[in-house]
Amino acid sequence: MSLSTQSQMVEDNYVLVASLDNVRNLSNILKAITFKDHAIFNATPNGLKVTVEDSKCLQANAFIQAEIFQEFTIKEESVGFQVNLTVLLDCLTIFGGSTVAGVTTALRMCYNGYGYPLTLFLEEGGVVTVCKINTQEPEEPIDFEFCSTNVTNKVILQSESLKEAFSELDMTSEVLQITMSPSQPYFRLSTFGNSGNAHYDYPKDSDMMELFQCSETQTNRYKMSLLKPSTKALALSCKVSVRTDSRGFLSLQYLVRNDDRQICFVEYYCCPDEEVDEE
Amino acid sequence: MNCVVTGGNVKVLAKAIHSLSRIGDELYLEPQEGGLALRSVNSSRSAYACFLFSPLFFSRYTSPCGQAFRCKMSIKCVQAVFRSLSSLEKTVEKCHIELDGDKSRLTFTLHCKHGLLKTHNLSFQDSESLLAVFDKDSCSNVLRAQPRLLVDTVLHFPPALEEVTLSVSGERVWFRNHLEDEPEQSKAMLTELCLSSDEFDHFAIGAQSSITFCLKELRGLLVFAESTGLPISVHFDQPGSPVVLSVTDSVLEVNFVLATLSDDSNLRNHNNNSTKRAQSPPPPDDFMNDDIDSYLIAMETSDLAGPPDAVAPRQQTSSRTPTTQPPVADHRRESEEEEEEEEDTERPPNKKFRSLFFGSVCPNDSQLTNQTMKSQEVLASDSEDDTQSGCP
Repeated sequence: MSLSTQSQMVEDNYVLVASLDNVRNLSNILKAITFKDHAIFNATPNGLKVTVEDSKCLQANAFIQAEIFQEFTIKEESVGFQVNLTVLLDCLTIFGGSTVAGVTTALRMCYNGYGYPLTLFLEEGGVVTVCKINTQEPEEPIDFEFCSTNVTNKVILQSESLKEAFSELDMTSEVLQITMSPSQPYFRLSTFGNSGNAHYDYPKDSDMMELFQCSETQTNRYKMSLLKPSTKALALSCKVSVRTDSRGFLSLQYLVRNDDRQICFVEYYCCPDEEVDEE
Repeated sequence: MNCVVTGGNVKVLAKAIHSLSRIGDELYLEPQEGGLALRSVNSSRSAYACFLFSPLFFSRYTSPCGQAFRCKMSIKCVQAVFRSLSSLEKTVEKCHIELDGDKSRLTFTLHCKHGLLKTHNLSFQDSESLLAVFDKDSCSNVLRAQPRLLVDTVLHFPPALEEVTLSVSGERVWFRNHLEDEPEQSKAMLTELCLSSDEFDHFAIGAQSSITFCLKELRGLLVFAESTGLPISVHFDQPGSPVVLSVTDSVLEVNFVLATLSDDSNLRNHNNNSTKRAQSPPPPDDFMNDDIDSYLIAMETSDLAGPPDAVAPRQQTSSRTPTTQPPVADHRRESEEEEEEEEDTERPPNKKFRSLFFGSVCPNDSQLTNQTMKSQEVLASDSEDDTQSGCP
């Protein structure tokens, strides 16, 4: 990738430089967490973590490891900034986000440090576009204190089977109720809509169930409106891990394979809507 | 009721429900000794459809013993059960339908691949019996064709077209778009297809006739017929009496009864008593409503009308051809206006479609007044945007 010499002259000032041969490896995964404008970026030598939150009840994180990038240089222990995600995505797909094989947009993303804009150099077919996006004061992401030691129930499913269920979910229902239990119904998604209720039951020995670790029966409700954005991540993913902790908090982890078959992760945390007595 | 549908029949059932959703907003479900009846009627009661699945259609079928049970529910909810129609065949292995009268709950359980179990509990309302009174055996004209023939025919009409005219004469069948109130003459386009009798599996024409009915419902039935590959029979008489489209198989019977445009000139006089004569200014609506004299005149003249055979061709020449369109167009436009005006004030007396003849609304009429009495005209069926709720 040949970029203007001018940018290379000042490159020494950058605290973060990340380049990608195929910008879709970044843009696709960011699309999976686009439900609010503001995204908190946090870069460490391990890679990039992008966080989007809604109503202090929902948090989505996309992890793009340093290995995904062709170049990932960071001069500080941790670099944080906040940008408008919609604007960023518009810039990343400025060449139309073509899906034609062999035609890819290359990206070089630079950040000069606190107070500077995020600079993007995008190149496709010899045409270079430079975008500068103003950065904002980074907010501290909410800590959902979801820790693996408190996980009571966990299942790993192939995404295919959940995609079907999510595409059919009765959106007139205000909540999605998730039941996980060591006995029947094992793993159940329920909706309570205008027309009646619906249940989707996955037996623990289904081909679609890769892992089933449920220690106690838990029934929790989550706002449908909050969970809806997660279907974007589901659509991209090949596997999903559904976990609940003792407080009923939900963690959805999606394993996403990018165009180059590398693995990235998207994670959603969601607060339970209300306590439900076990039936 | 407790029944189980397996394999390809699940898709047949799903297609039937999607077809019914083209008719009305509510699904009437009636488990009978002779099978499960699913019915729907549109809000203006000018279109009715019934699917009767015989007990053999099911792998297991038990109807409620004792008194008859009927219920209705929103068809959208039932459609939601079979939402992904395309993947249904691949994913659903078995569908279990259970009706719990005590809990007022209809349960659809879909047993899918990979052990996934989808349970839909739908609430329902009790309902009256929904039955259209029709006798397709008495119809003088019967056509039967493979669905492909009709699908290919209908394909030529624009999706927005509401009504289609079917004419039969001798050894030929014509399908043409019914020219609506096109304000600009230059934009009016007539599409006509002529099919020869040998394209049909069965072709029995007793009297030449030309009927106009809604395309939407026909399209709905075609989707079903095409997916099952079953031939469609068309039974009809003169304009104004319903056309019956049916699909039958050893395990199911489908009847779509659609009102046809009643356009014998006598009735039109009655419909538009003054508009027809004074073509230019639209009359005030209150004048329309209490013009009983012309109503009576219309009844009398309808008695005096010639035999249907004589009526049909005359209408064809007088009102169908695009060259003589102006009167038709004017008349149609005005009647549209009437509709808008009258919807608020009164139950619609003067509408273009005659209703279907439901047992409840159809008196045992005498021979003479047959035509006019039957014409319990209601709102045109041509769209789903009718504001009336239209419950039986």
